[in-house]
Amino acid sequence: MTTIGTGAPTPATLPGRGGRPAGRHSITQRAARILRGREEPAWRAAARIASIVPLGALAFTLTVLAVKAWPAIRVNGAHFLTGTDWRPGSAYGAVVRTHGVAHPAGSSYGAWALIAGTLQTSAIAIVIAVPVSVGAAFALTERLPGWLARPLGLAIETLAGIPSVIVGLWGALTLGPFLAQHVYPFVAGHVPDVPVLRYFRGPTGHGEGLLTSGIVLALMIVPIIASTARDLFAQVPPLPKEGAQALGMTDAEVARWVTLPWVRSGLVGATILGLGRALGETIAVAMVSGSVIAIAPNMYGNMTTIAATIVSQLDSAATDGTGFATATLAEAGLVLAIISVVVNVLARRVIARSSRLGLPVGSAA
Amino acid sequence: MTTPTDPVLPATRGRRARQWAFRAWALVALFIVVAPAVWLVAGVVARAVPHWRWSVLTTTTAGTGGGLENAVLGSLVLMAGVLVVAGSVGVMSGIHLAGMAPGSRPHGRVTAVARLAIDVLSGFPSIVLGYVGYVALVVGLHWQYSLLPAVLVLSVMVVPYIARSTETALRQVPAGYREGADALGMPGGYALRRILLRAALPGITTGLLVALAIAGGETAPLIYTAGWSTGLPSAALVHHQIGYLTYPIWEFWNYPLASARTLSYDAALVLMVLVLLLLVAARFVVARTQRHAEGRRT
Repeated sequence: MTTIGTGAPTPATLPGRGGRPAGRHSITQRAARILRGREEPAWRAAARIASIVPLGALAFTLTVLAVKAWPAIRVNGAHFLTGTDWRPGSAYGAVVRTHGVAHPAGSSYGAWALIAGTLQTSAIAIVIAVPVSVGAAFALTERLPGWLARPLGLAIETLAGIPSVIVGLWGALTLGPFLAQHVYPFVAGHVPDVPVLRYFRGPTGHGEGLLTSGIVLALMIVPIIASTARDLFAQVPPLPKEGAQALGMTDAEVARWVTLPWVRSGLVGATILGLGRALGETIAVAMVSGSVIAIAPNMYGNMTTIAATIVSQLDSAATDGTGFATATLAEAGLVLAIISVVVNVLARRVIARSSRLGLPVGSAA
Repeated sequence: MTTPTDPVLPATRGRRARQWAFRAWALVALFIVVAPAVWLVAGVVARAVPHWRWSVLTTTTAGTGGGLENAVLGSLVLMAGVLVVAGSVGVMSGIHLAGMAPGSRPHGRVTAVARLAIDVLSGFPSIVLGYVGYVALVVGLHWQYSLLPAVLVLSVMVVPYIARSTETALRQVPAGYREGADALGMPGGYALRRILLRAALPGITTGLLVALAIAGGETAPLIYTAGWSTGLPSAALVHHQIGYLTYPIWEFWNYPLASARTLSYDAALVLMVLVLLLLVAARFVVARTQRHAEGRRT
């Protein structure tokens, strides 16, 4: 046995923590000794402070947003929620005052096209993503052998972590042109001229627009919904399913009458969570939407969303010397924040009630 | 009334058809989920590889050409900042939420408010956080585009995630560990440090790695807080712009110069590899420890 430092340990010496001879302490142990007695209050204070910090950050964010948006709220009024014109006014023209707020002459902001674009793309994403995710989750839990289902499940979870700018890049360069060349013209030429489906007719564009944005968003929220659905299905106890099979039910009937009712509220929660992600997604949509502030005339029309407008206009808003353009973007951000916060808190509450999963299904992964 | 010999459910053609439709739907759905993912990864690789030069990693950006060393290092610096700021705050508030901090009450009013704040923040659109960082920190406090506002905004984004994964990891530590520590008369903080946190470390590490992947792949909030720099990152917290990997992807992808577009594709490949490495590392930590965990989630 090699002796360390000064005192060779005699058999009578009790070993210290970490197997070191007593009397010799590592730096952490020395630090712990200094801390002892002060450790409890230190933990208490640190945990208390750290749990207040997110609250402070949230309060700060909301305050800044509200203060910045206030002039715009006063001038734009209800028109902001219903109008579809988005005119910054002349940067070199006269400055006029409305309700005491200075803004360029001729400026008029109505965000309905942005709000509608946000809701439309998210709705398309949900309509595509939910049945596909639930089906994939069924395939993973009920149909495929474990050696295949496990790596595929991991791959789907990992997909959630692909940065949105990369999804946008692929959507703009690969998926969009592919759809515009091979899929959209076929669809547009074959759907009947009846309500709802009518929107699939007409000019198909170059691959940017409403439907492409919805598909790209669907791709981004599928991992969230599919992996939650898979975990939920795996939690359904086997006995009710086996009982249903003993009654002679087919797989499809077991799924329809046992598994789905068992996890319904969890699925609703996962769907709303995906919706929240889709509503706030910025970069990918900015790359594939066509960035036109207008309501898309059909499924292939160029449009934009609130988040995409903020990211593409904040730069140029600084050229408005009165600061009114920046204030208007704050108002748009406030609308978006309210929509997505309501959606997300709702989802968390539904999930928390439906399962004790404790799954950290976060905002982005 | 059916006799016992009758099948409970009749074998009709409709039921059989629905059965096969269901099976087909499940497999087709799985294909629809997996195929675009493979296509996406392959597409990004295919765009970058034909023009790939290793010097991209060792030279800095020059205008719309050159390399990405500044962006790679800048992204790493940003992630390190997020690890320090969001890591400490997130882990501590996770401990508090799990009710494991000495003196914290898991069902108290402070905890309820903290939980609500974290729920709200986790659903907050990142571009709105970026906007607030821009008007309040970059312009309002005259910090200009720089490291500090970028790190703060990214941290606010990922703190809810870290807090929640820390809470989950702590809750999964078998109750016997805590009870044993109590029975031995260990003070709460000591038990937390020596027993509970040690057992929950893999789960916490996974949360941190995933949070870093999220922060590293973020674009929208960085454009208006970090700015962009072709120089290597410095130690300056404010007044100095900093490069990061998502900027060239977003800025150059549809630029009319081939060299700029190549830079964009290269950045996409480097970023994807970086993020996937982090996620695989997180997976690996989970896989290694779940083999031993008693109270693992099923």
